[in-house]
Formats: sequence, structure tokens, C-alpha cells
Amino acid sequence: MLELIIFIGLLMLGYVTGSALEKRHYKSILQREMALRKLPLIASKIVPEEFTPCKTSIVLGSVVISVDFFKHFVAALRNILGGRVSSYESLIDRGRREALLRMREQARNMGANFVFNIKMETSSISKGQRNAIGSIEVLAYGTAVILEQDKLSVNETRDALNLRPRTI
Amino acid sequence: MLLSTLEYVPGKNISKHLGLVQGSTVRAKHVGRDFMAGIKNIFGGELKGYTELLHESREEAIDRMRQQAKSIGANAILNIRFSTSTITQGASELYVYGTAVILE
Repeated sequence: MLELIIFIGLLMLGYVTGSALEKRHYKSILQREMALRKLPLIASKIVPEEFTPCKTSIVLGSVVISVDFFKHFVAALRNILGGRVSSYESLIDRGRREALLRMREQARNMGANFVFNIKMETSSISKGQRNAIGSIEVLAYGTAVILEQDKLSVNETRDALNLRPRTI
Repeated sequence: MLLSTLEYVPGKNISKHLGLVQGSTVRAKHVGRDFMAGIKNIFGGELKGYTELLHESREEAIDRMRQQAKSIGANAILNIRFSTSTITQGASELYVYGTAVILE
């Protein structure tokens, strides 16, 4: 009986704090994404010729996010029925966006204009531990490009980023 | 030392390829952090301790790779990739590799 009360208590606690933290996190993600609108992320491997001469440097962003008790419980139920596990989807989405934001903040502090060739990696920590999925780690990395010449005009940048196939 | 995830450096020529360089580190978390993480698993949210730990370890792996590249006379590492694997419960390996080159 006592165990059941503790279990329900933890479930409630997980739900209340977990969803409050998630809401706050999403709010801050949206705010920072707006602030970083002017630093585009580009998945292409090729930097347009118009951008040279430029400086390049690697940038990294990573975050570890924990599940809460409620999410864990919902996912465990889902494991029986199958289907979409939306409680984990939002967790991973938060992780990815946060990691990208940290990478971009690092790039912005260097004075970068673009981040090219972005790669992402997700891994789960404390996997295999009994009754815990623990947490996920997301790493985002890419190459920050700092233009050396005077800023290209908006139209020139747009043309350059049109990314038609080129030979290196 | 120039580090990049690109396969070339815009505006510069590669005069010599020196092959693969790599760096890795295996880290375990300590009991205190594990205990805090256990509590956080109820409430949710970011595990700042782990974020820092992994960040430091990754910096160390990069540093080892840089040392290796330096010892063979490279001045840049291109096409860098990271990889993480869990070895046992509580210990993970952070691995980073790339191609060492000499730029003109």
C-alpha cells in the first residue's frame, strides 16, 4: 500500500515538475532561436566561392537532458501497446534544439556569419541500467565560417547560397 | 591548428595528406553525480553536471587528437567526426577522428 502511495506521489511529482520544466525550456528555446535568426545553419559541405577569403573553425554544442518519472512511466505503457512515444519525442526535440542553439551561440561569440556542414549525434546515458532509461546526450557540431571581406549584400549572399553544383 | 568538419579549407590548398588522426577518452561518472542524476530522473530537466563532464572529456579527446597531428607535422585537421559509445553502465567513450593535412 505504502509503495503504491509513493509510486503515485512520484508520478504526480514527475508530471508537475516535468511539464513545468519542459514548458520553461521551450519558451527559452523559442526566445533564443529568434535572437539567433541571423546566423543561418547550412548542412552543405561546400562553402560558396563568393565567401572566400574566410576563416573557419569548429564549433560544438552539447546537452544532457533527463527524463522525468511520468514520461518514463508513459513510455513503459507504450512499450506494451506499441505506437508513437510522444513523451520521448518532445524530450529528444528539446535536446536537439538546445544543442544546436549552444553551437550557434559559440559561433556567434566568434563573430561567425554561417555554420556549415552540421552533424548531430544522439546517445543515451546509463543505458542498460535496471528500470531507468536515464538521460540522453545530444551533440551538434559544425564549421563556423567568418567572412573576412566586407559583408556581402543580402542578394549576393542569397545567390551564393543557391548552392548549384560546383567542383571544388 | 585549424580544425574543421569540412573536407577542404576554402581559399587554401592542401599540400600534403598525412592520414587519420584520432583521440579518445573513457570517462566514468562519480557516485555523487550519479546520485543527483537519480533524483533528476524523477523531476526531469537538464543534467548540468553530465553536460560539463562530457564537454570536458570531449575537449580532452580533441586535445589528444591535436597532439597527435602536431607530432606528425600537420597544421590542420579536416573532416572531423565525433562518436560516443557506452562501454558499460556508467562509463562512456568519447572518440574523435579526422584527417591531418599540411596546408600551403
